[in-house]
Amino acid sequence: MGRPGFVLEVDERTPPLLVHQGEGFRLQKFPLGTRAIYAPDPLPKIKGVRRAIREALENPHDSEPLRELLKPGMKLTIAIDDISLPLPPMQSPDIRQLVLEEVLELAARSGVEDVKLYMANSLHRRMNADEIKHAVGERVFRSFYPKDLKNHDAEDRDNLVYVGKTDEGEEVELNKRAMESDLLIYVNINLVAMDGGHKSVPVGLASYRSVRHHHNVHTMMHSKSYMDPRPGRSAIHDSCKRMGDLLKTNGLKVFTIETTLNNETFPEPFGFMNKREWEWSLLEQATYLAAKKANDLGPSPVRHQIWTRIKSPVGVTGINAGDTDAVHERTLARLHEQQLVEVSGQADIMVVGLPYIGPYNVNSIMNPILVHCLGLGYLFNMYRNMPVVRPGGAMIMFHPVPNEFHQVHHPSYVDFFEEVLAETTDPSTIESKFEERYATDPWYIHLYRNSYAYHGVHPFYMWYWGAYGRDYLGDVIIVGGDPKTVGRLGYRAASSFRDALEMAGETVGRSPSISYFHVPSYAIADVR
Amino acid sequence: MTTQALELFRSVPRYLTARAVGGKVPGLLSGPLAPMRLVNRKDFVPLGPGWGRVRPLLSGICGSDLATISGRSSFYFSPLVSLPFVPGHEVVGELLDEVDDLPTGTRIALQPVLSCLARGLDPCPNCAAGLTGRCDRVTTGHVSAGLQTGYCADTGGGWGKAFVAHRSQLHPLPDDLSERRSVLIEPLSCAIHTALRADVEPGAEVVVIGAGTIGVLTLLALKELTKTGRIAIVAKHSKQREWAGAFGADEIVEPREATNAVRRATRAMKLKPERGAPFLLGGADVVIDCVGSRSSLNLALRVARAGGRVVVSGIPTEGADLTPLWFRELELVGAYTGGYETVEGERRHSFDLAIALAQENPIDQIVGAIYPLRRWREAIDHALGAGRLGTLKVAFDPRLD
Repeated sequence: MGRPGFVLEVDERTPPLLVHQGEGFRLQKFPLGTRAIYAPDPLPKIKGVRRAIREALENPHDSEPLRELLKPGMKLTIAIDDISLPLPPMQSPDIRQLVLEEVLELAARSGVEDVKLYMANSLHRRMNADEIKHAVGERVFRSFYPKDLKNHDAEDRDNLVYVGKTDEGEEVELNKRAMESDLLIYVNINLVAMDGGHKSVPVGLASYRSVRHHHNVHTMMHSKSYMDPRPGRSAIHDSCKRMGDLLKTNGLKVFTIETTLNNETFPEPFGFMNKREWEWSLLEQATYLAAKKANDLGPSPVRHQIWTRIKSPVGVTGINAGDTDAVHERTLARLHEQQLVEVSGQADIMVVGLPYIGPYNVNSIMNPILVHCLGLGYLFNMYRNMPVVRPGGAMIMFHPVPNEFHQVHHPSYVDFFEEVLAETTDPSTIESKFEERYATDPWYIHLYRNSYAYHGVHPFYMWYWGAYGRDYLGDVIIVGGDPKTVGRLGYRAASSFRDALEMAGETVGRSPSISYFHVPSYAIADVR
Repeated sequence: MTTQALELFRSVPRYLTARAVGGKVPGLLSGPLAPMRLVNRKDFVPLGPGWGRVRPLLSGICGSDLATISGRSSFYFSPLVSLPFVPGHEVVGELLDEVDDLPTGTRIALQPVLSCLARGLDPCPNCAAGLTGRCDRVTTGHVSAGLQTGYCADTGGGWGKAFVAHRSQLHPLPDDLSERRSVLIEPLSCAIHTALRADVEPGAEVVVIGAGTIGVLTLLALKELTKTGRIAIVAKHSKQREWAGAFGADEIVEPREATNAVRRATRAMKLKPERGAPFLLGGADVVIDCVGSRSSLNLALRVARAGGRVVVSGIPTEGADLTPLWFRELELVGAYTGGYETVEGERRHSFDLAIALAQENPIDQIVGAIYPLRRWREAIDHALGAGRLGTLKVAFDPRLD
């Protein structure tokens, strides 16, 4: 059993702490009294994952065993979480591959022949063949790709079906094949508490017409937090739940398979990043020095390649199958076991180092809008009950924030940065003035469908994710950020942590309390 | 008697060197490479009936002047000028002689074209139609070759203490029009002509490339004289962007962002060739190039919609890839200088329109720097870097010498 998460109070003996800064990292000395929040140690991984999968399929929650749901002549659709999970991508075999192989073997034994697989990428970019192969494994890929294993296309009018409206008037439009299937199996990876549950099908297989009902400023402002999907706490999850219920009442039978992973984030030689700094061995200290030197001196493209190629050694900690709600309850419990850290009280300043990767820049570039989303959208929201930082407090993030965009993956992001943010950073104004134009722009739609571009509306959602954080915080400072780019985001850049603290003093006073949220690994601060 | 003037003279070595290295070392263009000198030369004398002497009050430095000095002008112009000449065709001045109906001391703006009337010729068909900018006789008659005052050896130009002009070139100015506004009448007249040559349909999407003097004045003319829809302007420098905003541009973009901006506004498709700049399928109805560089013309051709119109207003100094002209079946339209225009069914000279617009619009600050003739090297240097230095128009005031 690993140690639980804990909060370290920095004293004279505390060594400098590891801080991620995009495609870089550093050891940063923190002021005395700073509270550093650490996730629990990695939970032990399941030995015999295939056996555990078979057991989960045979003993599902609130459902008949999968074997009994599979019938000859039936229409079976399998939806699979896309490239945004896990982070970094996991070493082969990916858990999705293992689950799919078991599910497909069962289906074959049951005489099911009409099987289609969809990467549930919603408005995310299409995955290319190599990326799909890594997720589903060689066997599945060779058997089904490309005819029966595809990316979901949220703009393919011929393969979408309008299901109806929820009690709240939210339109639900879904992948037609999935809706017309006798059974839809969803294969999930639950990296953080925000994922999974009814956020899988009604988002992953939906269209803009549907997604816009929960990915909007109002919903984001009323989701406190995204990582606390209990009813009434997160408007986005409440909306997804209503949609999931509507799908069920319209006859969609979903068999959910959710998996959880442990905190073993980085492979060797970067294993020291998974550990608490004062526990680094001499070898790990030397590795840190060598890795940092090489990383700092290496040319930017080489550095990018090295980081991009990292595959995480995460271990599987839980597999649950069956009814969506029943499964997700257990998934969250397992996730909390791995990520929940009790924190006493809020701080004036929350400090966080932004890593090189987020959900939307796998094999890509972390552009400035994604920096905003990762910082204020996701990491700020990694809490239960109340944020790590007090209302009107400051958030200090570490990231270089270069003005760089992936031209293939993020074309509408480029325009969003140049046109929208040049005019305003206010999420509501952005939503009312620009969203629909970008969402329906034929060029973005063309690139989403035929190239590997995120949907035209996607940067808007990234901006909305951070809406609550922007509204809540009194100041946002990015250490090492390109001043011009950071300024466009509406934040301030500092050249050093000391300067950032000095600047934050204008907002929170000269003797602020500081909490350092130590990620990765992933943690959820349960702030009391 | 002699008069002090800046004179552009023939110097093949300076011309060739300026053409070769001027772009890389701009300082040389106003220094040792400049084929220009400040001279005391014989007074210019009226060239016949209807001619008189003019004392320049302010005389602007135009992009075409700079192209000539820096050797970037096309050799096409060589038979259209007579050397040595005194540059300066954007002039507000006062008459030193009585010219026909205009008494001595009348304040005038110079319409610089040396057309048939000035040359003592019967009007050619274009002049007869009031389109003096298209005059076919600019190298003949009793006046030396010269498409305009400021390119003709016989007349002198605005960059001197006096020159001669024909009555057909003289437009009396209202007393209340400041000198700074008055010196902009000629470029404003060109801008008006450009805006009208663009033949903008009501509600059309228009892009203006360049936010120097002509770009900003074209924006003004489009807003005032046409029923254009949205206007986007491509501005390189921050001060230019401020000006474009002040004159009501709907969108102001940097050159590197221009294609994306037009694409966004028109919901066009953008394609990227294996080599060269991206282009649009779809795009703006009308694109007006007020720069005249290879890149600006390429941009104009690549962001105009199929069947759209590209107006070349800036003097073109380099060639562009004309493939889009063919493939998108574009109209390519030149806009050189003013003349008689038809606005809402009424026929008026572009100078009269310009004077009216100048009276109504606060354009004084466009003239950002004024130099005496003796500081011509600084003035040229300033004009060459005007955008970067936050200036739109640099002018000479020969009275300061």
